[in-house]
Amino acid sequence: MSDAASQTGPVLSADGKPLKRSLQRALRAQKLRALALIAPLLIFILVTFIAPIADMLFRSVENQIVSDTLPRTTRALQDWDHKAGQPPSEDVFAAFTYDLVAAAERKEHTRLGTRLNYEMTGISSLFRKTGRRVDDFGETYMDQFTQVDPALERPETWMTLMAAPDWQADYAAWDAARVAANKAGRDFDQPAPLFRLKAGVAEVLPETADAYAEFARLAQTENADNPADEEPWPPVFLALYRDLIHVGPGAIGRLDDASQAILAPAHDAVETFETVDLVDLYLDADEDWQNPQVWATIQAFAPAYTPGYFLSSVDLKQTPDGVAAQPEDQRIYVMLFQRTLFMSLVIMGSCVLLGYPIAYLLSNLPMRTSNVLLILVLLPFWTSLLVRTSAWKVLLQQQGVINDVLVWMGIVADDARLVMINNQFGTIVAMTHILLPFMILPLYSVMKTIPPSYVRAAKSLGATNWTAFWRVYFPQSVPGIGAGCILVFILAIGYYITPELVGGTTGTFISNRIAYHISSSLNWGLAAALGTILLAVVLILYWLYDRIVGIDNVSLG
Amino acid sequence: MMKRLLSATALAALPAGALFAQDLPPCENCADSMTVVSWGGAYQNSQIKAYAEPYAEATGVTFVWDESSAEAVAKLRAQNEAGNLTWDLVDVTAADSMRLCDEGLAMEIDHDEMLAPAPDGTPASEDFAEMIVSECFIPQIVYSYTFGYRNDVAEWNGNTPDDICDVFDLEAFPGKRSLERRPHNNMEWALLCDGVAMDDVYDVLETPEGQDRALAKLDTIKDQTIWWTAGADTPQLLADGEVVFGSTYNGRLFSVIVEQNQPVSMMWDTQSFDIDGWIVPAGLSEDKLNRVMHFLRFATDTQRLADQAKYISYGPARDSSQPLVSTHAELGIEMGPHMPTNPENARNAFVQNYEWWADYRDDLDAKFQAWLAQ
Repeated sequence: MSDAASQTGPVLSADGKPLKRSLQRALRAQKLRALALIAPLLIFILVTFIAPIADMLFRSVENQIVSDTLPRTTRALQDWDHKAGQPPSEDVFAAFTYDLVAAAERKEHTRLGTRLNYEMTGISSLFRKTGRRVDDFGETYMDQFTQVDPALERPETWMTLMAAPDWQADYAAWDAARVAANKAGRDFDQPAPLFRLKAGVAEVLPETADAYAEFARLAQTENADNPADEEPWPPVFLALYRDLIHVGPGAIGRLDDASQAILAPAHDAVETFETVDLVDLYLDADEDWQNPQVWATIQAFAPAYTPGYFLSSVDLKQTPDGVAAQPEDQRIYVMLFQRTLFMSLVIMGSCVLLGYPIAYLLSNLPMRTSNVLLILVLLPFWTSLLVRTSAWKVLLQQQGVINDVLVWMGIVADDARLVMINNQFGTIVAMTHILLPFMILPLYSVMKTIPPSYVRAAKSLGATNWTAFWRVYFPQSVPGIGAGCILVFILAIGYYITPELVGGTTGTFISNRIAYHISSSLNWGLAAALGTILLAVVLILYWLYDRIVGIDNVSLG
Repeated sequence: MMKRLLSATALAALPAGALFAQDLPPCENCADSMTVVSWGGAYQNSQIKAYAEPYAEATGVTFVWDESSAEAVAKLRAQNEAGNLTWDLVDVTAADSMRLCDEGLAMEIDHDEMLAPAPDGTPASEDFAEMIVSECFIPQIVYSYTFGYRNDVAEWNGNTPDDICDVFDLEAFPGKRSLERRPHNNMEWALLCDGVAMDDVYDVLETPEGQDRALAKLDTIKDQTIWWTAGADTPQLLADGEVVFGSTYNGRLFSVIVEQNQPVSMMWDTQSFDIDGWIVPAGLSEDKLNRVMHFLRFATDTQRLADQAKYISYGPARDSSQPLVSTHAELGIEMGPHMPTNPENARNAFVQNYEWWADYRDDLDAKFQAWLAQ
């Protein structure tokens, strides 16, 4: 005691360094070595398992497609109030025109239409139909501008108006390098410098500059064309008209001389132009553009992240006015989640009931007999899942083996054959059979370790057979039951082939809907949300199990 | 995934092979193998026999077959997102072609430019006519969803069903039915039998009242119905006697009736036409694209489409192929009467509206599944 009290400095090791630090160093080296040893597995799991699953789950909230495809529209819609019950102003339609024509060029408008169709039926064909026409919107203005000055139709005029001189120089240099490389037979894979706007033009002609820049860049990226050779599409002239009608002559004066010379006559003439109502063009394409609900849907789904898929997974939906319940005749997911949990529990329970006696028998028979029996347990385990499921069909159907036998024995009348398949019963029977080995094997390996002398000792002390089993043997087999139940339950909850084949309409699981949304309806966002919820449910149940039973109390033998 | 390698050199010489070889223009800068995706089974076999073998014979190209058409849309999307396109040519249904086109996953096709004209010079787009349901779709065959029934049901007292509404008539034709576990066709048939005229079906089905009306009609046979998901289900159920009435693809019924001689008959009334064909995935490399286009020009010409009907009872999508349809390659029976496009069979045929379904599919499917689960 006095020693410890007198020592004030840290404990030193033999080489004079503080013991704590050398210990830490030794431990760190050990930890690093251990980490290096598991690194291959860790990296493998991260790359092939965790990352793809995280990516897939991320889709349940991801919604960038709307704001990426319609950036101008979503901005323009910010101030629009859907509650007024009116379609938005012409400005929004103009912004939408520039977005849609670019999206149609990139062939993304139908994709967005499909996305929004999940939220509002009919948007898919609305986008498809209008996308075919939108590149003509503005043609009236294009014709009138070219009447004022035919030069406005020519690509080089637009280069003078819009292109930054240094971009033109860069492009010329790039083009020369490309030609030289081609001549020399070398590969040339440098990307062309992307179109840049002239300074100042965007302040005077904001919409035109924006629409033209989009056009020029798309010409480069989508078709590998030189914008200097391409005539702009009609919506650019729509933008020019809208700009010129708004700006005074003074504003034009802020442009350089060459641009002033081009635009001055056009600016004088726009007042006399025959106008065309942009909204009417849209209504010509489809009446639904008048429906404020369409615009409200675009507005509601403009944010980059959405809770919409999660709401759909619990039979709610996101509407412009907030969260609402799905119409009663479309609610299906909550019921399916409940059914999946309930049926998985029933399957788990029947696996315990059927598997326990078999495992008991296996572990108490002499080695030679039990090995033969074990092979019988494993044999179906090695048979294809589809074969086993189809076999159940043959057995259970109304003209099947079991019904035939029952009718032959006179237990069931021929016209009242039992319905045992294409319903919940069929799914439970087939899945219990398929998952039974997952229950028997952990039970068997745990029971193997229970010494028979305990039961004998209990009996010798006067216990009845039942008491000896229930008070002595059974508690020792509980870890096996726990392991088997977790295995069977978690496997059952995600099963989909067997329920699909024998479940009919009342025996299908939530996983069947997930599969449907992944492979058939292509609503991956909803599938991801359903999958995330399923994963969360499993984790919560696992946590509950740990709290109630204790995960230490699980053993595979 | 089942892949079958078909080596051109290993093929037994086909009698007609030499004939095509000289018609085929040379293919410049073309890949020497192609991965074709189809449905497997008898249908894929008919494609191998009618198109792939003669083509391989003439050009020496190796075909790799992938039987993934049922999940083609999802898999193509996944390949596209992973930036790793492994397919060159994909066989899909008309509705799927539309979705692939919408998603930008399939290439747009200039039918007149890329496909062979009819022998009389009619351009391809006119020869295929309304079968071209989307800009990306190259039609191949017309098939139909139709009903087969057991012709040995004692309770029917010798009556045979000849009207789609007999499906809904449990008094005259008692017994179990099998219908597909999705709203397509079922909703339309239900409305037709609830007194809606064929031209108005989609206008009615567009309204919530119309949808409820269709479901109410289906309610009358709901507890007598087994819902199928795979095309092979109904033939199996009919052969087992599990159902007395069932809808499926007409080709499946053909093989139950003609090839397997089961006591089953065909009911062509109000068969619902559907189209199957090719799409070319967007983003193929140049040599692969050249090869695919070269093959397609050959495989979708008038004679080849007619040849396919020797192996399966699906109607060629070209008008000009119809007169060339001949006999079954093995059974030797005349195939004309077994074609859904045969005028006698097509008298009262129904044509699905793909564009409409593209809009209403999600909505109606949710409703239909919720109704099924009740």
